[in-house]
Amino acid sequence: MNSKRSTEILVGLFVAAGIAALFVLAMKVSNLGDFTDEKGYEVVAHFQNIGGLKARSPVTMAGVRVGRVTSISLDPDSYDAKVTINIYPQYDNIPIDTSASIFTAGLLGEQYISLSPGADDFFLQDGDIIDLTQPAVVLEQVIGQFLYSTAEGE
Amino acid sequence: MIELLRSLGGWGINTFQRLGRGHIFLMQMLAGVPSSVFRFSLVIQQLFYVGVLSILIILISGLFVGMVLGLQGYNTLVDFGAEESLGVLVSLSLVRELGPVVSALLFAGRAGSALTAEIGLMKSTEQLSGMEMMAVDPMRRIIAPRFLAGLISMPLLAAIFSAVGILGGFLVGHGLLGVDDGAFWSQMQAKTDWYEDILNGVVKSIVFGFVVTWIALFEGYDASPTSEGVGRATTRTVVHSAFAILGLDFVLTALMFGDI
Amino acid sequence: MAPLIKIRDLHFNRGDKVIFSGVDIDIYQGKVTAIMGPSGTGKTTLLKLIGGQLKPDRGSIEVDGQNVHKLSHSKLYELRKRMGMLFQSGALLTDINVFENVAFPLREHTKLPESMIRDLVLMKLQAVGLRNARDLMPAELSGGMARRVALARAVTLDPMMIMYDEPFTGQDPISMGTLVNLIRRLNDAMGLTSIIVSHDVAETTQIADEIYLLSGGKVIEQGTPETLKNSGSEWVKQFLQGLPDGPVPFHYPGNEFKKDLLNAEEKR
Ligand SMILES: Nc1ncnc2c1ncn2[C@@H]1O[C@H](COP(=O)(O)OP(=O)(O)OP(=O)(O)O)[C@@H](O)[C@H]1O
Ligand SMILES: [Mg+2]
Repeated sequence: MNSKRSTEILVGLFVAAGIAALFVLAMKVSNLGDFTDEKGYEVVAHFQNIGGLKARSPVTMAGVRVGRVTSISLDPDSYDAKVTINIYPQYDNIPIDTSASIFTAGLLGEQYISLSPGADDFFLQDGDIIDLTQPAVVLEQVIGQFLYSTAEGE
Repeated sequence: MIELLRSLGGWGINTFQRLGRGHIFLMQMLAGVPSSVFRFSLVIQQLFYVGVLSILIILISGLFVGMVLGLQGYNTLVDFGAEESLGVLVSLSLVRELGPVVSALLFAGRAGSALTAEIGLMKSTEQLSGMEMMAVDPMRRIIAPRFLAGLISMPLLAAIFSAVGILGGFLVGHGLLGVDDGAFWSQMQAKTDWYEDILNGVVKSIVFGFVVTWIALFEGYDASPTSEGVGRATTRTVVHSAFAILGLDFVLTALMFGDI
Repeated sequence: MAPLIKIRDLHFNRGDKVIFSGVDIDIYQGKVTAIMGPSGTGKTTLLKLIGGQLKPDRGSIEVDGQNVHKLSHSKLYELRKRMGMLFQSGALLTDINVFENVAFPLREHTKLPESMIRDLVLMKLQAVGLRNARDLMPAELSGGMARRVALARAVTLDPMMIMYDEPFTGQDPISMGTLVNLIRRLNDAMGLTSIIVSHDVAETTQIADEIYLLSGGKVIEQGTPETLKNSGSEWVKQFLQGLPDGPVPFHYPGNEFKKDLLNAEEKR
């Protein structure tokens, strides 16, 4: 039966188009494409305050993405945030005295970790700890400080 | 006064009776689903009527909705100097809300009403009775394959709607209004989450597909077997589906994205 | 010999309207049993009760020793495979052609190869004289043709019994004669049991072994065509001879015509 055949072909095309659309949404529209990050090496950084940083937030160096936050937890001893970072394998020559800061993209945008390179001859390796960190700037605190200092100055 | 109370009571009882019948119907329909999985050719045939024939309206509507979003979003964002976020606005509006909701509304109008009319007509011409007497259970042979087809089609149609809509938003945003295409896509990718946004949207559209197909099939099956009865049932399908979609959308949105 | 179908003390209402109030019927294997009665007495309803599509309010219907209304869903469907039914409206599936309609029960219930299905279907269509109409769609058939296709479909599974709801209406004299013969032949050759619902007195008395006359929710008379013809009852006489005057009313019960006219006058 010919009409049955063409029905089946059209249904096949329909299902393929639907799945293709889902695929486009996944890869092109959402950040799923980034999850397929190659596994690099993991380093840990402790922050006093991470602000709005989340798992999967980007990690950049000089504005170039070099990795991603894999997990965040509270360190039970020091009561600061323990952030685990996955750094892509091709960036294997980051000096060990590199510092990490949490910045905000734009005034209200999402938060990310920016690494500024140090000058040591040894490079970061899997399991290393970044010692130099700068906590997130919390807008409310900044405003509070600003108001406080202007009040004092008067 | 007593008359009023009586008619109100009668209306209430009828409503509950219909609700009960609808759920009994749902149980019978679900019981028929496994056997129609084993006769997938029936489902494929229905996928054609329910899904393929709905594609055109989905493509066209999706494209235009996306273009309007691009235009309106740009006009608002440009005041804040945030027109780079146009991609985010378009993609989140579509995958979270407009994709599932609008495509479900269109689906109810295009496929749902056709299902109701078809089943209602089969009932009024005694085709369903005739099948029962041939020892063929219409729940399995007629209803369940259509239900499965609706359930499968809806998320696919919603995904197509969203994808085409984002393309429409991009065409207007980049082509017409000159938003930087790199910013458009990269901001969108940074802010649209696969689990949070896209999968939740897919879940929504599956729920809508379930409910719309159920309503459509039940209304047809429950229609009074006259041409007027079938006509009324068709109208009810569209109206009840619209209510169900919008109401459920609120509930689902609150569950998924709200912190309620 | 135990009857194939045993109906006892059947009560059935549609809303407030009483359709049956205490009907007993026995239908024997291998016989053609006719159910006759004025329009609207519930003959179609009776067939639907036997087929298990409606539930009686009281009483029982046994088919082949099984109480139809106490069977599980799957047992009922098993039983229905052995029941053929010709619907008053034909009830053909409108989106497939004549051939596929007749093949439908075979495709649903058997795994026969395509060539065998083709042979069987053509045989049944040949028997009702519509072999060459096999590619038509149901919408392209006349009422009488549709009914004959439905008949072919009802016998495709070679059931143990067939219920015919008005098989003769809408048939020209030639196909009528053929149909009468066909029903009788099917019955005798295949050892079927047939139930015929019909208004056509001549044809029915010609082929029925046993006739039940229904009216007012009860069996008025039963017996062979001979006994009915010689019945002393005014009612039976009027019905069988089609006389306008007698105990059988032509009008649906209610107000008198004169009263309705007067009412209309008053309202004005
Ligand atoms: N679905 C229904 N709902 C309510 N009443 C019905 C329904 N179907 C039939 N009836 C009523 O039941 C009665 C019996 O109907 P039925 O169709 O069994 O009559 P019948 O004896 O087959 O008549 P005919 O010879 O004209 O076909 C009628 O008076 C009709 O008004
Ligand atoms: Mg009838």
